[in-house]
Amino acid sequence: MSPPLLGVEEEGQSNISSPSVDCISQNGLGLKERNYLGLSDCSSVDSSGVSLPEENKSKLNLKATELRLGLPGSQSPEREPELCLLNSGKLDEKPLFPLLPSKDGICSSSQKSVVSGNKRGFSDTMDGFSEVKGSVYGEKNWMFHGANSDSESPQAVGHGKYPGNSGVNVMLSARPSVAQASVKKDGPPNALQERPHATTGTNLKQTGISNNNSSAPAAKAQVVGWPPIRSFRTKTLATSSKNNDEVDGKPGPGALFVKVSMAGAPYLRKVDLRTYSTYRELSSALEKMFSCFTLGQCGSHGAPGKEILSESKLKDLLHGSEYVLTYEDKDGDWMLVGDVPWEMFIETCKRLKIMKSSDAIGLAPRAMEKSKIVN
Amino acid sequence: MESSKLKREKDSQISDELNELRMESSELKKARDSPISDESYRRSSFPDEVLERVISLLNSHRDRSSVSLVCKDWYNMERWSRTHVFIGNCYSVSPEIVAQRFPKIRSVTLKGKPRFSDFNLVPQNWGADVHAWLVVFAAKYPFLEELRLKRMTISDASLEFLASSFPNFKALSLLSCDGFSTNGLAAIATHCKNLTELDIHENDIDDKGGGWLSCFPESFTSLEVLNFANVTSDINFDALERLTGRCKSMRVLKVNRSISLEQLQRLLANAPHLTELGTGSFSQELTPHQYEDLESVFNNCKNIHTLSGLWEVKGLYLPALYPVSTHLTFLNLSYAVLQSDELAKLLVHCPQLRRLWVLDTVDDKGLEAVGSNCPLLEELRVFPADPFDEEIVHGVTEAGFVAVSYGCPRLHYVLYFCRQMTNAAVTTVVQNCPNFTHFRLCIMTPGQPDYLTNEPMDEAFGAVVKTCRKLRRLSVSGYLTDLTFEHIGRYAKNLETLSVAFAGSSDWGMQCVLAGCPKLRKLEIRDCPFGNAALLSGLEKYESMRSLWMSACNVTMNGCRLLAREMPRLNVEVMKEEGSDDDGRADKVYVYRSIAGRRRDAPSSVLTL
Repeated sequence: MSPPLLGVEEEGQSNISSPSVDCISQNGLGLKERNYLGLSDCSSVDSSGVSLPEENKSKLNLKATELRLGLPGSQSPEREPELCLLNSGKLDEKPLFPLLPSKDGICSSSQKSVVSGNKRGFSDTMDGFSEVKGSVYGEKNWMFHGANSDSESPQAVGHGKYPGNSGVNVMLSARPSVAQASVKKDGPPNALQERPHATTGTNLKQTGISNNNSSAPAAKAQVVGWPPIRSFRTKTLATSSKNNDEVDGKPGPGALFVKVSMAGAPYLRKVDLRTYSTYRELSSALEKMFSCFTLGQCGSHGAPGKEILSESKLKDLLHGSEYVLTYEDKDGDWMLVGDVPWEMFIETCKRLKIMKSSDAIGLAPRAMEKSKIVN
Repeated sequence: MESSKLKREKDSQISDELNELRMESSELKKARDSPISDESYRRSSFPDEVLERVISLLNSHRDRSSVSLVCKDWYNMERWSRTHVFIGNCYSVSPEIVAQRFPKIRSVTLKGKPRFSDFNLVPQNWGADVHAWLVVFAAKYPFLEELRLKRMTISDASLEFLASSFPNFKALSLLSCDGFSTNGLAAIATHCKNLTELDIHENDIDDKGGGWLSCFPESFTSLEVLNFANVTSDINFDALERLTGRCKSMRVLKVNRSISLEQLQRLLANAPHLTELGTGSFSQELTPHQYEDLESVFNNCKNIHTLSGLWEVKGLYLPALYPVSTHLTFLNLSYAVLQSDELAKLLVHCPQLRRLWVLDTVDDKGLEAVGSNCPLLEELRVFPADPFDEEIVHGVTEAGFVAVSYGCPRLHYVLYFCRQMTNAAVTTVVQNCPNFTHFRLCIMTPGQPDYLTNEPMDEAFGAVVKTCRKLRRLSVSGYLTDLTFEHIGRYAKNLETLSVAFAGSSDWGMQCVLAGCPKLRKLEIRDCPFGNAALLSGLEKYESMRSLWMSACNVTMNGCRLLAREMPRLNVEVMKEEGSDDDGRADKVYVYRSIAGRRRDAPSSVLTL
């Protein structure tokens, strides 16, 4: 599997698409990442945001990387501790380029991970957050002109709460792209004020929406005020998805949205677990959603009401069908759906994935073990 | 909706009559000026009382504006008979000027901030505070009955002031406003004895709890319209139930999410004459008996033509709505996360639908169902459920748009958020539906071309303006070159509002629009490569427009200064960022015509040049 993109190196070309990074995005989830906003993940990027095609392609990687290095003040002080925490365990590559001196030694070590194109570091971050990336940074950064002007206002640029790593990427990658963008845009890139103040703006709403990981919100750089949706609406939709921001370890009342991905499918969906009361209901709903694929699912095979799988049944399922439904629980482990009583399931389920049963076989024993422990 | 259509017809009848009057009047003038005229001829042709009567029947403020321009007599008759004033930009005129011209106003509509403030592009303290207006109104219009605000700032103190200054106050409508809390609402509930309408819609409210609803006194029975869907905290249900019970004329009730299905059923049992209903949460666990109760109460509500709310909808319960859906004309599902089959099942029962708002979770398949089941559809809005989540790649595409256009030839208003679009699809859509008056297409990735051909979307919007001659409002998106704007300038002769983002190649684009669209009133532009040359090409134009917004473009402070200098009757405001130099780019520019001069309440971050 090729290392995931996030084009730390690709930024020089402003991400619009060097063919070499075509579909680099095959990551462990078996999903094809699509980035409509610009980073050169897949070929689909070719068609997206093309306004800065020519200049950027001609720029060399190296040059961009040089630009990127050691921009003083590029990181706001608050970021650094976060950065270090995140990166401390992940630095195992030497930097490819010499670093310019920076004020803080810690800061430079985190820069190291980024600048060296430590993709692993980044992919670890990504896997950790189960989120695809904050990808707007790339070629579209000239948008930040508009975004930045708001940075002083309460509704500031959508960089509010990022995991530091991706935040760094945002900031660092923004520079060269903006510099290139300015060729076309004809305006000086203002000092990008990507300060992470919590905002009331749309970004905050996202942290509500991204409910996969309770520890850190989605890495998403975003243009202020785009798409043009009233803040009331984004706030409202976010609150209904905000379920997994837990209070006292229990999900709040109201909707419980989790993302559902499927191996090989080009899209993700979201389901509200509260609208179902049994595994069978969930399974049939998912079946409809991903209608071309069959789900070998617990519940649909078992006797009604019998939610707990026996070992043999599990094996039957796995051998009998192409796909199985798995979920990621609070601990970040991937389990087969159907192990636990429904109520417990919806409390611990963070995300659903429809996997090929061949990929899931490894899960079964663990699932059984876990449920044995539980029992 | 029907009543406004009737109104428009009536207004146009009256306009016709007026035109005749106007012609007669000018003939009369000629007669008067000619040496042969005599007094008796003039008077017998046209008594003033008739003219007054006719003018007083005019509702449209545009017609009234035209009337007032004919001659001094007409101007005076119009101003004395006007009871409703519409002010599209609160800074274009001062409350004193309004009060002086129109002594008999009972209803005011005021709009404040530029529309992009809805998307957080305008700083919090920008202005548009209504208080100064209220103070003047309290003095000059003590019998004020209605106040409708959009994008204004109104504080709790102002709400209290409003509640206590106008004994006849009847209707308050706040849309997309900010600056107030539920305490302000409590003041309104407590003091406005004659309130018929309280419409709180999509505002930025400081929600301090639901106690405000309990402030309506037990003796209060006049409420006809209550919309508190926006005020999310729990209210006292008993208080609400009693309120709806005693307000026998209630016809519009839109509750918030805290109201459960069971509670809704109880409310409806007391209010079978409702015409517009906004439900609360639609997902409670119901026993079969409860479900039957719900169904039967909907069965009794034969007058409901508008339905909204449906928060957290459980598809299982939608059939309870079938008795009501047969005569629905407006269905707002924009907060209801529905899948395509759930929507399809529901729409089979909604043949009369004229307006439909949905989330893009219904997918193209859901939109196909729209096309198949709703032949009378006139307005479609598709909102994105997860606009900021790039992982979620579902939603609607060009296929859904085309499907709707085949089934709904009467479609004239569309707002469509999507992640991909093609020129061919848009061309097909407007061929099927040539009557678009409002075409707002938002391809959510900025600057994205036709995803099949990789071409700019110029052809699409060219087709829109060439085919839809009645087009009044257009929002463009996707990768667009100046060609789009050439098309717009050349063909969009009725265009009044244009929104542009991440588009265009050079100043020429904006110049085409400014030179070409004779009826242009509002132009809002963000993140486009238009600079001073473009800005200044519209010098003469801006006085005939309500406003111009340009942000993140290439306009500089000097360009703005030049504009301000050349056009003294325009207010040229620049929103500065801290630390920016005075000669650099003007990041946010807001230009509007005004007879009130520069505003005195601008914060320090806003510079009027």
